[in-house]
Amino acid sequence: MKTSFYEVMTRAVPEEGRPCDIPGVLEKETLSEADFLSLLSESALPFLESMAQKARELTIRHFGRVISLYAPLYLSNYCDNECLYCGFNRKNMIRRKTLSLEELKREAGQIRGMGIQHLLLLTGDSRSHSPLSYIQECVGFLKTIFSSISVEIYPLETEEYRQLAACGVDGLTLYQETYDEKLYAALHVSGPKRDYRFRLEGPERGCRAGLRQVNIGALLGLGDLRREIFFLGRHARWLQHCYPDVETGISLPRLKRHEGIVFEGRTVSDREFVQMMLALRLFLPQGPLAISTREPYDFRRRLIGLGVTRMSAGSSTQVGGYGSGEKTEGQFEIQDKSSVEDIKRMIAEKGYQAVLKDWQPL
Amino acid sequence: MNDPLIIAGTQIRSRFFLGTGKFSSYPLMRDSIEASGAHVVTVALRRIDPTQEQENILGFIPKGCLVMVNTSGARNAEEAVRIAHLGRAMGCGPWVKIEVIADQRYLLPDNAETIKAARQLASEGFVVMPYMNPDLSDAKRLQDAGVASVMPLGAPIGTNKGVLTRDMIRILVESLNVPVIVDAGIGRPSHAAEAMELGAAAVLSNTAVAVSPDPAATARAFALAVEAGRLAYRAGISPSRDNPEASSPLTGFLH
Repeated sequence: MKTSFYEVMTRAVPEEGRPCDIPGVLEKETLSEADFLSLLSESALPFLESMAQKARELTIRHFGRVISLYAPLYLSNYCDNECLYCGFNRKNMIRRKTLSLEELKREAGQIRGMGIQHLLLLTGDSRSHSPLSYIQECVGFLKTIFSSISVEIYPLETEEYRQLAACGVDGLTLYQETYDEKLYAALHVSGPKRDYRFRLEGPERGCRAGLRQVNIGALLGLGDLRREIFFLGRHARWLQHCYPDVETGISLPRLKRHEGIVFEGRTVSDREFVQMMLALRLFLPQGPLAISTREPYDFRRRLIGLGVTRMSAGSSTQVGGYGSGEKTEGQFEIQDKSSVEDIKRMIAEKGYQAVLKDWQPL
Repeated sequence: MNDPLIIAGTQIRSRFFLGTGKFSSYPLMRDSIEASGAHVVTVALRRIDPTQEQENILGFIPKGCLVMVNTSGARNAEEAVRIAHLGRAMGCGPWVKIEVIADQRYLLPDNAETIKAARQLASEGFVVMPYMNPDLSDAKRLQDAGVASVMPLGAPIGTNKGVLTRDMIRILVESLNVPVIVDAGIGRPSHAAEAMELGAAAVLSNTAVAVSPDPAATARAFALAVEAGRLAYRAGISPSRDNPEASSPLTGFLH
């Protein structure tokens, strides 16, 4: 049995008080964790442009001039958790819904009609309203029309991930939200999500189950930003090291104010966001980096070329949001409401190609 | 000079092979293929979208090119074989470049799984070109499996570091009967020329061309460098030596 990331993380003591040699770090081919810390520190801020140039060069070298597109599909917003930063909080009096198979087919048809081939399936955290058997049934249909399916659902046991992989799921997205265990306990007031360690070890279980990709993230704005990104980067590198056959990617969701959110956290500025993203790119040159439509169009446009390799497009975070009938409130506010065609055009204008199909179901 | 490259009975017009990933647009990719005169182009099956008419990568590959599907994304032999089968079912022909990569960080090929896949695909009649780490024993196993060529890496993929595996490539060239095609790590035309001077039968490049500021001009430069390197090899230009040879030989008085 391999060590778990929880054990690695809880032993971590960042070196304090080390002088930061940012130009020296930027010369290196492989960065140590101490180098990564330097890039996350305030002393790296004057070197943001040099970091950006290197991040751009590394990203183009490893990924080419392409950006992969995907879209989310919300299956259900029923949730058993009370997470203070989330619109789906079970205490929120919002309309709840789980898509029927007929509705799912209509939603999927709409998304496929936009040209999207890579789908991210989401549910709230409710095993009773969106059980694994239901998700498998949905995947069984969706895999006939999409070329790749990932899930962003409640964490599962290894065997359950294995079942999902067997029925056609390629990827897992599971955000820890915050790596700060005390804050995690305070923000997750009730529900199964209170189990910090079970969630933290979810990506490992997904890797062991044979999924092709795992995507991890922290919700930026909850905890101390630099600590969160440090542990996120360490987590990704640890997964890469232990499960080299799995593609480990990172998402950078930024907490935005939205109806039903109790804990508003702190605002992460664009400058901070960019610094964190660049540091991650330099620390993990081969890791895919995803930016969702939580971020506005202009900001996303500017991030192309700085390390981003995946973007969602044409998204809805509502259950039924693509027009299958009645829809619910969204999980968060979509900032970039551009169509897939608009995003493709914007990517082309930046000198990149939007890639819609980057996998072939076997 | 009569110096044809013949693979699986097909005379290949150019010893420069081009990969089609990482370009900022399909038209730019097409222009690069045309500018280089590449005959063999590799295409990742994962990127082929038969449901797209206008944006299907295959529609941008000039007529007369030989499309070789690669198994990019395969993590083991079984997946590589399945991808090859899917490629054939899509009408991509029997040429397949096996890529089995079980390490997403360094993207190094897994020779053991590659050999397994090569054995099966060669026995099924595919024209098999395996991407590999340049190990002599493994290359011989691949040759015995019936591959049409071996494709050892010059340096880790995407690094543009050149022919770091120079000595191993030379050993493969000296030891194998199948053509040795250097793939991966070739960052500059001079690297390509160097690989050819060592006796490589061809060079495949992708990243260096696709992400350059002018891909078509870069592709052309690579093709010319490959040709120059081949001419140099055929002309018998001696490789550089670690110990220089005196121009006045010490044993000259014996003649």
